[in-house]
Amino acid sequence: MKHARVRYQDQTFLATEAEGHQLRLADGRLVAQDDVTWLPPIEPRTVFTLAINYADHAKELAFKAPEEPLGFLKAANTFIGHKQHTMRPDDVTYMHYECELVAVIGATARNVRAADAYDYVAGYTVANDYALRDYLENWYRPNLRVKSRDTCTPLGPWFVDRDDIADPMNLKLRTTVNGKVTQEGNTRDMVFGIPALIEYFSSFMTLQPGDIILTGTPDGIVDTRPGDEIVTEVEGVGRLVNTIISEADYLARGR
Amino acid sequence: MPQIQDFASLAQARAAGWPRTVVGLLLNDPAALPALGDQVNQPPYKAPPKAPVLYIKPANTYARGGEAIVLPADVSEVQIGACLGIEIGRTATRVKVDEALEYVAGYRLVADLTVPHAMFYRPAIKQKCRDGFCPIGELAARERIADPDALTISVSVDGAAAWQTTTAGRVRPVRQALADVTEFMSLHPGDLLLLGIPANPPLARAGQSYRIQADGLGELVNTLVAA
Repeated sequence: MKHARVRYQDQTFLATEAEGHQLRLADGRLVAQDDVTWLPPIEPRTVFTLAINYADHAKELAFKAPEEPLGFLKAANTFIGHKQHTMRPDDVTYMHYECELVAVIGATARNVRAADAYDYVAGYTVANDYALRDYLENWYRPNLRVKSRDTCTPLGPWFVDRDDIADPMNLKLRTTVNGKVTQEGNTRDMVFGIPALIEYFSSFMTLQPGDIILTGTPDGIVDTRPGDEIVTEVEGVGRLVNTIISEADYLARGR
Repeated sequence: MPQIQDFASLAQARAAGWPRTVVGLLLNDPAALPALGDQVNQPPYKAPPKAPVLYIKPANTYARGGEAIVLPADVSEVQIGACLGIEIGRTATRVKVDEALEYVAGYRLVADLTVPHAMFYRPAIKQKCRDGFCPIGELAARERIADPDALTISVSVDGAAAWQTTTAGRVRPVRQALADVTEFMSLHPGDLLLLGIPANPPLARAGQSYRIQADGLGELVNTLVAA
């Protein structure tokens, strides 16, 4: 089943996908998907993110694929929902999307073997892990000013139950900018797949329900400008829409 | 088979009574960056940091005073990173330096337990994010601390003579740290901003206890135990 968390008439609801581009709210009402404000499907607890986890993207960034997962953390401030705005500061010359499959942990996980890892997964969602390369510095890289900015990680629209995705390691990823395909890949090309990542992180930290893992992005990043509509899509999981907004417009509109 | 939580519980899995975000400043002690010498201009760094260098202490690291902290088998000793935790009282976004304290609810002692590491190129998750590596002391309301940039914090390991540091003279004092971080990263009520561990903090091993104290902030005491 596909689950969502939305605002409708000034209240927050959990909801599920319904036929005819609708949502069924937790109170039973059917509403049009266009009539709600989308929130991230969950409020994540710890957020693990992977850098350079696709061989082709490593090449694109002129890096050798890592021998150990290259993980970093994001904070809660950075998440926004489907169909929201991401702010591009005026002084930035290169800001790119990253289409990523997200695994959501559903049970306490400590020293989990890769072979058992899916037992600890509750489901999946999609992230757009924006990066602002102008702010990249070589201290605890990628630094939080690049990767944990307000509005810079759209998440959603759906949380999809684990058992609805037959093979999460064989899903097409695709990004379009204003309708034009700019990024294509497949989760089978990850350097470290979901089972290996859960084994790795749970080998030195206890994972808890609500923790999420953003699994990295393939080749095909381009600069994005105010007004651009970016759609990051993972086959069977969701199609996440986001629009870039200028700093001036962002500050003028509030959020 | 582990029991998987349903969507309704996952949607808001944040733990009651704990911060949502704990974020700390690296190299905020004025002695820390000079100690690296010319390394800062060499690869992989190539230049000294411009923006605040930040790290996250995630939810699995949170602990209370009095708890025994388990040092994993691969960790022989930890730095007792005694630091000032600034607790946010209302949502802070792009705050101005001279208004920054209006967003502060109060202060806590925090033990940012850290496995010593010499390289700061990649995020130090294995060094900073082990279970229990962020014991958090009790809240002292903002009004009770006359000047958060003039606090003496002392650390004593197994009752030995206290090691001392001060919050004075930091690269980014409290107000500046709040302004520079919230320029791109909103902080919310209950979140903690750590002013940063001192250069050359004391070390402790499994079997030892530490006591962190500061005037007005009480104390934070934990015992380290072997896995």
